[in-house]
Amino acid sequence: MTSSASVGAPAKILTSGSGGAPHRSRGRRTHPNVLGGFGSVIWLAIVVIPLYWIVITSFRTQSGFFSENPLIPPAEPTLANYQLVLENDFWRYLLNSLIVTGVAVALILVVGFLFAYTIARTTNKKTRALFNVMLIGLAIPLQATIIPVYLMIVKARLYDNLIAIILPSVAFALPITVLILVNFLRDIPNSLYEAALIDGATEWQIIRRLAFPLAKPAIVTVAIYNGLNVWNGFLFPLILTQSPEIRVLPLALTSYQGLFSINVPAVLAAVVLSSLPIIALYVVGRRQLVAGMTAGFGK
Amino acid sequence: MSHSAARGVAATRRYGPSGLLTLPALIFFGVFAVAPLFVALYLSFTEWSGLGTPRFVGLKNWASLFTSSGTWNSMLLTLKLMVVTWLIQTPISLLLGVFLSGKQRYREIFAVVYFVPLLLSSAAIAIAFRNLLDPNFGLFTLPGLEFLHRNWLGDPELAFTAIAAIIAWQFIPLHTLLYQGGARQVPQSLYEAAAIDGAGLMRQFFSITLPQLRYTIVTSSTLMLVGALTYFDIIYILTQGGPSDSTRILPLDMYLTGFVSNKMGLASAIAILLVVVGMVLSLTITKLSGFTRMESQMEGE
Repeated sequence: MTSSASVGAPAKILTSGSGGAPHRSRGRRTHPNVLGGFGSVIWLAIVVIPLYWIVITSFRTQSGFFSENPLIPPAEPTLANYQLVLENDFWRYLLNSLIVTGVAVALILVVGFLFAYTIARTTNKKTRALFNVMLIGLAIPLQATIIPVYLMIVKARLYDNLIAIILPSVAFALPITVLILVNFLRDIPNSLYEAALIDGATEWQIIRRLAFPLAKPAIVTVAIYNGLNVWNGFLFPLILTQSPEIRVLPLALTSYQGLFSINVPAVLAAVVLSSLPIIALYVVGRRQLVAGMTAGFGK
Repeated sequence: MSHSAARGVAATRRYGPSGLLTLPALIFFGVFAVAPLFVALYLSFTEWSGLGTPRFVGLKNWASLFTSSGTWNSMLLTLKLMVVTWLIQTPISLLLGVFLSGKQRYREIFAVVYFVPLLLSSAAIAIAFRNLLDPNFGLFTLPGLEFLHRNWLGDPELAFTAIAAIIAWQFIPLHTLLYQGGARQVPQSLYEAAAIDGAGLMRQFFSITLPQLRYTIVTSSTLMLVGALTYFDIIYILTQGGPSDSTRILPLDMYLTGFVSNKMGLASAIAILLVVVGMVLSLTITKLSGFTRMESQMEGE
């Protein structure tokens, strides 16, 4: 049952996602690339075997886990592990992760877009210099700021609050966001803005009705890239929160490990459940997700 | 008053949006990214447990940073991890990326599977491998895999290797993706010309693909090397820097010093060290590779 699901999914993705790709053949090759084919199959095994092990083990009973061959699907598959995870506050952690990611991405998009739009349109040299200031941020490792951020969050009485995760996450997402958006917005022809101005549009109307809709592809990319980063973020939640009620999913995984201990199938069921939302996105929009993941350094 | 306001509107009209729109982003960035750097620099000259007020102690933390064997151990481990993960990831992801750039149907299917690790959080990967590598009931207890049946995370001799391998498992897909993109941009005419001249696949790879991918190699290598300064989640969950500090790279050292040993001053000094090493590394790679030249060329187009 499990194995058929994991084989079926990629096939479905392919049929839904690969229609629009231009077909390009790699020159005229007379011999097939045997070495490449061989190597790629080995890597496929290295990727698939752990994933396969995670999935089939999550359906094992605990006694089955101790007695059965780890690579053979369980003799008596069970959903009890999933039930156990769901009964242990999984929905709350999921909700927390959704709130943090949703609010952070919305803030990143609004704040980042206003900045990028201004940089792309301004003729003021000083304003444009702000862009370079922001780009310095690309070189600041988030880890290096964690102690002062912790100090500030405690002082602001935001410790152990979802807002504590959101605020620094937004700040660290801005440099790459702004870089991508500015590069995109600069390609919008000036004549469009001029036409809108002649029609009497205010700056705000231009942003809302012209620039934002036109920049949609870049905005989707940025949203995916940052959404994944925030969703998977671990350090800020680890340092800036404490209570179980405001735990986000990555942090919850470590607490499940502590809670379930040697009930490995339950721990792995938590791993699978926590990954499902992103896997679902991959199934729905693989191309956009993959493009979003290499945002900023894909070119 | 009204005159100057009117002029302000006119100026806005002529010069595009008001600079004020940049303020929200600048505030976020300034408060949570730039200011903390300066605070960390200040804290590095203080003694502070995380509670109460930091006490100024001058260069004490810096002196102990460069004299303690622990920090040197962490620096060497970070360097080693940088080199090892680069050496594992670059050839594999380069070859896979070039391979996947072909448009054959089965390669597309491979690509779909290859990228799955990218979707998992570091926490999920770490928790999964922690159990997979368990010497008592992990995957390698399987008969026939005895040579892999070791105490991977509990043995100081092995933990580093295990960590490097898991990091490679997590990040090779990302770099494969970069190389795939790079390889697809290599003009097809180059291969056609080479094929007419009778160059084989090997020859084509070394004379066309590799040189054409140089900028991708630089980008990917920068990400890998600088990235090695930031691996935290995976190691934190798998080994907490242990056993006997054998995986305590700088970010772990900073965390453990600050939040476990409650020496925030010393930890801040490590943080500043991280920033400096990261910046120097990025700048050096950029300089050595002439990457800025390429970027400015692209802008000029």
